[in-house]
Amino acid sequence: MDVARNLDHPVEEMNLPVTVETRTGDTSAARRQRQRYSPPDILLTTPEQLSLLLAHPRSTQMFENLRTVVLDELHALYNSKRGDLLALGLARLQTLAPQHRRVGLSATVKDPEPLQRFLVPQPMRGGALSQLVIAKGGAKPQIEISASDSYVPWAGHLARHAMADVMAAIHTARTALVFVNTRSQAERTFQELWTINDANLPIALHHGSLAQEQRRKVEAAMAKGSLRAVVCTSTLDLGIDWGAVDKVICIGAPKGAARLVQRIGRANHRLDEPSAALLVPANRFEVLECNAARDAVLAGELDGERLKTGGLDVLAQHILGTACAGPFSAAALFEEVRTASPYAHLTPADFDAVVDFVATGGYALRSYDRYARLRKTEDGRLRLAHPRLAQEYRLNAGVIVEDPMVEIRLQSRGKPAGAGGRKLGELEEYFVEQLSVGDTFVFSGEVLRFEGLRETGAFVTRSRDPQAEIPSYNGGKFPLSTFLAQRVREMVSRPESWHVLPEPVQEWLKIQEWRSVIPKPGQLLVETFPRGNRHYLVCYPFEGRLAHQTLGMLLTRRLERGRFHPLGFIANEYALAVWAARDLSSSKDGGGVDMDALFDEDMLGDDLDSWLADSNLYKRTFRNCAIIAGLIQRRFPGKEKTGRQVTFSSDLIYDVLRQHEPDHVLLRATYQDAGTGLLDIARLGDMLARVKKRIVTRRLDRVSPLAVPALLEISREMVAGEADEAILRENEDALIRDAMRVD
Amino acid sequence: MRCVWIETGDLLITVNGETLLLDACGAAFSPAHSTLIFADLHFEKGSSYARGRQFLPPYDTTNTLLRMARAIARHNPSRVIALGDSFHDRDAGERLGPQTRQLLESLCRAAHFTWITGNHDPHPPIWLEGEVAETVRLGGLIFRHEPLAAFEPGEVAGHLHPCASVAKWGRNVRRRCFASDGLRLILPSFGAYTGGLDIGDPAIATLFAGPFHAYMLGNRRVYAIPRRVAV
Repeated sequence: MDVARNLDHPVEEMNLPVTVETRTGDTSAARRQRQRYSPPDILLTTPEQLSLLLAHPRSTQMFENLRTVVLDELHALYNSKRGDLLALGLARLQTLAPQHRRVGLSATVKDPEPLQRFLVPQPMRGGALSQLVIAKGGAKPQIEISASDSYVPWAGHLARHAMADVMAAIHTARTALVFVNTRSQAERTFQELWTINDANLPIALHHGSLAQEQRRKVEAAMAKGSLRAVVCTSTLDLGIDWGAVDKVICIGAPKGAARLVQRIGRANHRLDEPSAALLVPANRFEVLECNAARDAVLAGELDGERLKTGGLDVLAQHILGTACAGPFSAAALFEEVRTASPYAHLTPADFDAVVDFVATGGYALRSYDRYARLRKTEDGRLRLAHPRLAQEYRLNAGVIVEDPMVEIRLQSRGKPAGAGGRKLGELEEYFVEQLSVGDTFVFSGEVLRFEGLRETGAFVTRSRDPQAEIPSYNGGKFPLSTFLAQRVREMVSRPESWHVLPEPVQEWLKIQEWRSVIPKPGQLLVETFPRGNRHYLVCYPFEGRLAHQTLGMLLTRRLERGRFHPLGFIANEYALAVWAARDLSSSKDGGGVDMDALFDEDMLGDDLDSWLADSNLYKRTFRNCAIIAGLIQRRFPGKEKTGRQVTFSSDLIYDVLRQHEPDHVLLRATYQDAGTGLLDIARLGDMLARVKKRIVTRRLDRVSPLAVPALLEISREMVAGEADEAILRENEDALIRDAMRVD
Repeated sequence: MRCVWIETGDLLITVNGETLLLDACGAAFSPAHSTLIFADLHFEKGSSYARGRQFLPPYDTTNTLLRMARAIARHNPSRVIALGDSFHDRDAGERLGPQTRQLLESLCRAAHFTWITGNHDPHPPIWLEGEVAETVRLGGLIFRHEPLAAFEPGEVAGHLHPCASVAKWGRNVRRRCFASDGLRLILPSFGAYTGGLDIGDPAIATLFAGPFHAYMLGNRRVYAIPRRVAV
């Protein structure tokens, strides 16, 4: 939308005979229709809309005169499922309009080659690169880190101790953006700032769960320059350019250097002036992370990305879309798809499996052949079996699968739940399901009381209680980048670099060095110690919460098999702690835990497979793939399915498919996703390989300083696979208690 | 209300004075009548979607039959009662693959089957072995597909696919369940692709005048959860 404005102005001022239009999910049907028949000179659109346009029978005529494709913010797209969709769309455009040229725009990336490949059609075995133009960098940013020499919290992500610093920074700025990592943090920070906002500065809140009108209002006020600060999440990372912003404040962990650069870039859009940023670490590890990130940004170093290969689920959607446009030759489509860089190494067997999946479900038991969605024409091409399928395709198209959401409706106190209610926004269904009537939580800057869940949404009232129980309804989505983790590990391993850190953090590391050990670069430290009547094992891979969670699941499984009776584990961005009823120390005389064996890479084989089978995260990954591939429909014309029904049935489908056809193409697509997605298995694999034979163990008589933050964090993960049973058992105990009560 | 666990993970309850064993697979067994009870098998639900060109894995009937076979082998009943909606639609019987049909026929030889009719299968396939009935009485129990709005002690029914949820530690666990107040019993659906209805839904909650229990299906055993705790 900003781009449209930036194009419209010069076009109008110069009175150019150029039409500029946008096409997004919000564009009216009439306008879309018109665009198909008389396209504007410049169309601003999304990968999703491009594939919808290509799936139309008129796509050939519409695109035959296409001259240029410009891909903005390509770095944010190329390595994602949206990127896969876009790459497939570009491959199609190449066939329809071979004369067109492409230009990609990107923020600085560590390795531009994948983007250069993305831009141009790939020959057999890949390798073609576009030209590369590197713009001269602007002035170096000024990055401060807020740190107190008197107090740095051990754990937590809210940085309450630093709110006065944040407020002071807002005072000195014309307009500030205050970035936080999660929505609950945004809510909390917004509240904290207002409690000390004695000058009544106009400070607003902006995040993805708020109702759209509310977000638009904030954006409009920001554009007018009437706000002094906006507390926001990554919803404002990209694409919104407000000239007035002259300070960016980042609360919490930066997670990655590129991400920090992106955020800092929101301030001051003039290349010749430095952008100003304040980093506010919320705990000791975040102090290390902020320092590492600042050093990296100033040195001009960035995180690399692990390249994913093109998703088979996205390919399935594209094949159906192609059929919607008209009959196609499978052989020709395969050649076309292979020119897209994410699919350059696609095998003919995988392609055929996906075509078969689209046509009949692709099952070994060929019982659906008579209902096929694709049928052979006389000349051997494939055509859509029924026009209704095109309609279904359009409703299900796209690769963004949102968590099922529930509307939050505010009603007046005293009314029964379900009566009336203004829409405040939306929350993830799984969060709402955990609430009981009477629970309070912060949303939209207010403390709300949960009154009940009805078909039309979750009903809430304003609470008088200023202290809400604040749940984290969405953990940080982005794990600590591999590159930044590496820099943090290095910083920890070099005591001579500690002097830049605040006093309490230096002291913390020094006591760690004295009481336990500071691991050298490349080593993995594993500490064991008793506490209470439990035995702990804590390790510090610094590989991000997702990889640690997967590691935790796998370690507890192994410990369970070794009869060490693990009771639970907690994972954060930096460490993993496992506790058990028995001592988890290693001992050379046998009997103890063999650490080298415990951390052996072979855990990624059978252990991983058997754990995955029951993992909720894996089932969610399957559901996303099933929706994208079109096995499960997002919605049917006329009958809207609620998110919950979709979730439930996808679990049933998953169970049956895994038992009866474990090699099915959709299960392969799920596994492919899990490597880089929710489970970060690939990263875990790299870590296990790296630390092989380099595990340093310390048996301590009590908790070490480095272990404290991990133990202070509350975790929701229990021993592998058994958590659900434990929840049932716990609830049942209440029954027995009730039965035994005498009153 | 009394309930007793026995070592196998089954739960023993009484319904209108009759003892019933609730199996974690979702079937109920009456030792006194040597009768095993399944509800809502929904054979060929998957293939019914295929006609609308949604291709769910075509293994749901096989999966359901294999689980039935395990339960039959375990309890070795002389009689099996299927509480209706055994076939997802009118043609479901004809869509069974040859191997699936053989599997079904072999089960029918292992025990005497009673097929209670349901709203999905008012006319089960004619080739089906066993008797077809709307209701069956055994001692203090009466078996039918859909529970009557009017209260009848000893009613054992299906149709509603009850599910219950419990929350703890910030997590929510939703499972199929039996629902009973000691006078009436609703069985969970047994078919592989059958979804569920929360026991808080009026269709289920209004069947019980007083407190009742959700007997939730765990991986290896049944958990008795008071209605107050479950949602």
